[in-house]
Amino acid sequence: MRKILLYIIIITSGLIFTARLFYLQIMDDSFTGLSENNAIKVIYDYPQRGFIYDRNGELMVSNQPSYDVMVIPQNLKPFDTTEFCGILGITPQQLARSLDKAKIYSPRLPSLVIPQLTKSEYAYLQEKMRKYEGFYIQKRSLRDYYTKHGANVLGYIAEVNQRTVNENPYYISGDLIGKQGIEGFYEELLRGVKGVKYIQKDRFNRNIGPYKEGIYDTLPKKGKDLTITIDAELQKYGELLMENKRGGIVALEPATGEILSLITAPNYDPADLVGRKRSENFTKLWLDSIGNPLYDRGLLAEYPPGSPFKTMNALIGLQEGVVDTRDKFSCQMGYYYGRGRKFGCHAHSSPLSMVNGIAQSCNAYFINVYRRIIEKYPTPQEGMDRWAAHLKSFGLGDYLGSDLSTGRPGKVPSSDYYNKIYNYPTYKWYSTATISNAVGQGEILTTPIQLANMTAAIANRGWFYTPHILKEVEGTPIKDEEFTRKKHTTIDPEHFGPVVEGMHEVYKSGTAAALRVPGIEVAGKTGTAENFVRVGGKRMQLTDHSIFVAFAPVDDPKIAIAVFVENGYWGGRYAGRIAGLMIEKYLKGEVTRKDMENWILEKSLEEEYKKPYSGEPFLINDGKKYSWL
Amino acid sequence: MMARSTAGFDWLSILIYFLLVAIGWVNIYSASLDDAATSLIALDEIYGKQMLWILLSVFLIVILLSLEAKFYERFSSVIYIISLISIVGLFFFGKTINGATSWYAIGGFTIQPAEFAKVATALALSKFISDIQTNIKNLGDQFKAFIIIALPALIILPQPDAGSAMVYAAFFFPLYREGLSGVYLIAAVCGILVFLLTLIFSPIWVSIGAAVVILLFYFFRKKKRPGALAYLSILIMAVALSFSVDYIFENIFEQRHRDRFNIVLGQEVDNRGIGYNTNQSEIAIGSGSWFGKGWTEGTQTKGGFVPEQHTDYIFSTVGEEWGFVGSTVVVFLFIFLMLRIIYLAERQKSQFHRVYGYSVAGILFVHFFVNIGMVIGIFPTVGIPLPFFSYGGSSLWGFTILLFIFIKLDAERMSFGRTS
Repeated sequence: MRKILLYIIIITSGLIFTARLFYLQIMDDSFTGLSENNAIKVIYDYPQRGFIYDRNGELMVSNQPSYDVMVIPQNLKPFDTTEFCGILGITPQQLARSLDKAKIYSPRLPSLVIPQLTKSEYAYLQEKMRKYEGFYIQKRSLRDYYTKHGANVLGYIAEVNQRTVNENPYYISGDLIGKQGIEGFYEELLRGVKGVKYIQKDRFNRNIGPYKEGIYDTLPKKGKDLTITIDAELQKYGELLMENKRGGIVALEPATGEILSLITAPNYDPADLVGRKRSENFTKLWLDSIGNPLYDRGLLAEYPPGSPFKTMNALIGLQEGVVDTRDKFSCQMGYYYGRGRKFGCHAHSSPLSMVNGIAQSCNAYFINVYRRIIEKYPTPQEGMDRWAAHLKSFGLGDYLGSDLSTGRPGKVPSSDYYNKIYNYPTYKWYSTATISNAVGQGEILTTPIQLANMTAAIANRGWFYTPHILKEVEGTPIKDEEFTRKKHTTIDPEHFGPVVEGMHEVYKSGTAAALRVPGIEVAGKTGTAENFVRVGGKRMQLTDHSIFVAFAPVDDPKIAIAVFVENGYWGGRYAGRIAGLMIEKYLKGEVTRKDMENWILEKSLEEEYKKPYSGEPFLINDGKKYSWL
Repeated sequence: MMARSTAGFDWLSILIYFLLVAIGWVNIYSASLDDAATSLIALDEIYGKQMLWILLSVFLIVILLSLEAKFYERFSSVIYIISLISIVGLFFFGKTINGATSWYAIGGFTIQPAEFAKVATALALSKFISDIQTNIKNLGDQFKAFIIIALPALIILPQPDAGSAMVYAAFFFPLYREGLSGVYLIAAVCGILVFLLTLIFSPIWVSIGAAVVILLFYFFRKKKRPGALAYLSILIMAVALSFSVDYIFENIFEQRHRDRFNIVLGQEVDNRGIGYNTNQSEIAIGSGSWFGKGWTEGTQTKGGFVPEQHTDYIFSTVGEEWGFVGSTVVVFLFIFLMLRIIYLAERQKSQFHRVYGYSVAGILFVHFFVNIGMVIGIFPTVGIPLPFFSYGGSSLWGFTILLFIFIKLDAERMSFGRTS
C-alpha cells in the first residue's frame, strides 16, 4: 500500500482529468457557440438589390438611400430633447419610450430609434448631429419606385419574420425580404448574396482583425436586374380604367405566355409601403376588408366564367365529334328539358349554327352541345370526366403554375364531385342536372388569369405557354422549361377555326357589335355572371359581374385579355369596353375613341358596392332581371 | 568521468522534461502573441523572455548534473536555511505583484523565492528522514518532520500566497512511503469530506450523518479495542470540525474565498464576476473539440478572454488550440513523468534519494492536480503554476532544479549503496 498509494492517486486523477476534458470538449457542444459569441463578431455587407425594368426597358424599381437614427444608450449625454423631437417630428414620450426599449435591449449595442428619415429630415439632422452624443445615423437602402402602378405585380419589401429566420438560415433578424409579386417570387435573384465578414474581438469587444485572416469571409454578390413582361404603360392605363371599380384584368402575349399587364382594383401606390408610413399604410390596406386592396383579383378571384366558357364547350363538342359546325339548334327564349323546366335565353334569331351560336351567346345551343358531349359515353360519369380532361388541358381547374407568388386553382367539377352531391350510386344523376356547366355558370370557377390563358390558347389555335412575369435576367432571356415549353391542349388545331370565327362574329354582328375597335380585327366573347354575397348571414344576389375575353388581331394575335368587373352588370357594358380600350392602347399606342374612354374613366361603381351594406332593400341589374347575355 | 555520469542519467525523464518545456513555450507564444511577432527571442515579449529562461535553464541543468550527488545531501541543511532566510526577507525587501509580496526585484527581472523553497524543503526533509537516528513512526520525529515542512509554508502563507503554501501538503507522500501511519491519511480524507459536506449541507445534517456512520462502525467493529470513548472523541472532533468550518466559512472567509468553493461545488455561478475566469477557461477548453482550433487560432486565447492565460491558465490554451487530443497528450506526459519518478525513486538504494524522489513526485502532482483541476473547473481557484509549462523564470527554474537534482541522484544511485 505504501508503495502504490501515489501511483493510484496519480493514475486516478489522470483518468478524472481525461473524463472531464472529454465532457467539456466532446460531449458538451455548448462551448463552441459560446466561444464564437465571445470572440467573433459577424458583420454583413448587404448588396444592392436588383432593379426591375418593364418589357420595354423602362425602369420601374430602383433603390434609394434611407437614413435611420440609431442610439448606443451608454454613450448618451444630456441633450436638448425638445429640439431633437422637433426635428424628427416625434413627441418626447415617444423618444423616451424608444430610448427605454434600447436600454433594455443593450446599453452597449446600437438600437433603432427612428427609422427611415426623409431626405430633408436627414439633411437638417445631419448638421445638428454633433450635439446629440450617443446617436448616429445609419444609411440603408430602400426601394425607389418610378411608377405609381403595379403594386400587386411588384410586391413589396418587409422585415423578415421570425418564422422565415428559423426556416431559412440565410436570413437573420432585421434582414429585409421581398413579399408578394416579383419581389417575393424572385427574392433570391433580386437580393443577391450578402457578404459576411468575421471579425475577431478581444475581451473589451474591440476588433482585433479578421478571424483566421478572413478565410471564411465572403464578398457580397449584387442582386440581379430583372426585366419583367409587364408593359408599364398598359399596366398604368388599365389601372386608370379600373379606378372606382373592382375587378381584375389580365393581358397576355399569346405567342409567349408573357403577362403584359396584371391589374387588380382597387390597388395602391407601391411607394405607400416604403418609408416611415409603411406600417401605418399597410395596416390601412390590411384592414380594408371590403375593398381588399391587398387581394390580387387578377390571380385570386374565382368567379364563374359565364359565357366565354361556351367557347370551350364548342371546342370539346367538335373534338369529340358530337357536333358539326353546320348543326343548328333552335331556341325559343330558352331551353326546355325534363318536366317543363326551362333554362332561359334572350331574344335572337333561331335556329343557330355554331358561329352564330357563339356570336349570339345562345344558351340553348350550348346546352344541346354540352348534353351531346356528356351523353356520348355510356355513363354521365365517363362523359363528365372526358369533358373535364379537355378543360384541364387549357389550364382550368388547377393552379396555372405561373411565377407569381399567389394563385388559385379555380374549379372544374368532376364525376366524383357530382357523385358526392347526388349520393351516387343510391341516386343517379344525368347530364340535365349539370347543364349550367354548358354556359359557364354553376360549379365552374375560373380566375381572370386562367380565363386570359384560355383565350390565349384559342388565339394560338391549340397551345399556350404558362403565363409568366419574368422576361430577362440581366439581359439574358429566361430558360425555365416551365415557361419556354409549349403546352398543347387536347383539341386538334382544325377545330379552332369555327370558334375563332364565332368570336370574331361577336364583334361583327353579335353581342359586342357596338364595341368595334377601329382598324383592329378583334375576336372576343362577352360574359355575365350571377353572383351572391353573404352579408350579416343573409344571402343576397348582387348585380351581375361584367366579363369579357378577347384577342387581337384575329389572324396574328398579339394580345389576349380577360376582364372582370365586379357587379358591372353585363359583359359589354364595362368589361367589353375596357378590353377594347386596352387592346387599342397596346396595339396602337393610343386610344381613338375618347368618348368611350371618358365614359369608363368617369363611371364609378362605388354606389353599387355600397348597396349590400346599406341595410335597405335594393335593386340589382338596373332593376331588371337578366342573368346572362 | 563524463562518460560514466551521462550513462546513468534517466534519458526518458529528461526527454519528457524537454517535451513539456517545449510544448509549454509553444502555448505561451500563442497566449501572449500580439499582432506582430518579431522574433522568437524578443526580450520585451513574454514568449521571448520565456525562451531566455528556457535557454538559461539548460546551463542550469549542466551545472546541476556536474555537481556531485553527495553535495546535495551534505549541504541540504545549509540550502534549507538560506531558503528560509530568503522567504523571510520578503517581508522586508519584497516586491508586491498581484497583491502578493512574493518577489524580489533585481534589475528588470523579478524572482520568486518560494519556487526554490520547495526544493530546499525536499532536500532537508530527505536528509532528516534518512538520518540513521530518525524513526518516522516515532511521534517526536513526526513532529520534527512536520516543523521542517510547516516552517516555509507558514512563512509563505501570510504573504499572502495560499497556493504556494498548499503545495507543502505534497510532503505527506514521502512521509507515508517511509512509514507514517495511515491514520493521518484517513483523518485527512475524513476532514476534507466533512469540510466539503459542510459547505454543501448544513453542519447539523453533517453532524447527524457523522454520528450515524460512527455508530455503524462501532456496532460492527471486530476488535474490542479501541473502546467507545475513542469513537465518541472522533465524533466530537467531526462535529466540532463541521461547525467550525461553517463558522470560518461564513464569518472569517471573505466573499471571494467562499465564491471560489461555491463555483466548483456548483452552488452559485456569477460568470461576470468571480466565476469569470473559470467560465472563460471552460469555454476556451470546451470549444476545442477533438483537435482544437489550431496553433495561434484560438479565439478565446487571441481575444484575451482568459485572464492569466500564459501563467496559471496556460492549460486552457492547450485545450482550445490542440483540442481533446492535445490536452490528453499533455496530461499523459505529466502522468508518465510522475510515475517514472516514483519508479526511479523505488529503485534507489539510498533512503535520502528515495525520500527526495517521492518529494519531487508529490510536489509535481499537487501542482499538476491543483492547476489543471482549477483550469477545467473541478477545483477551486488557487493560483499555482503548471510545472514546466506556465510562464515565469522562477517557476521554470524551481522545477528544473527540483527534477534535475533527482536525476543526478538517480544517476549515482550505485555509488551510495552504503547509506541504505
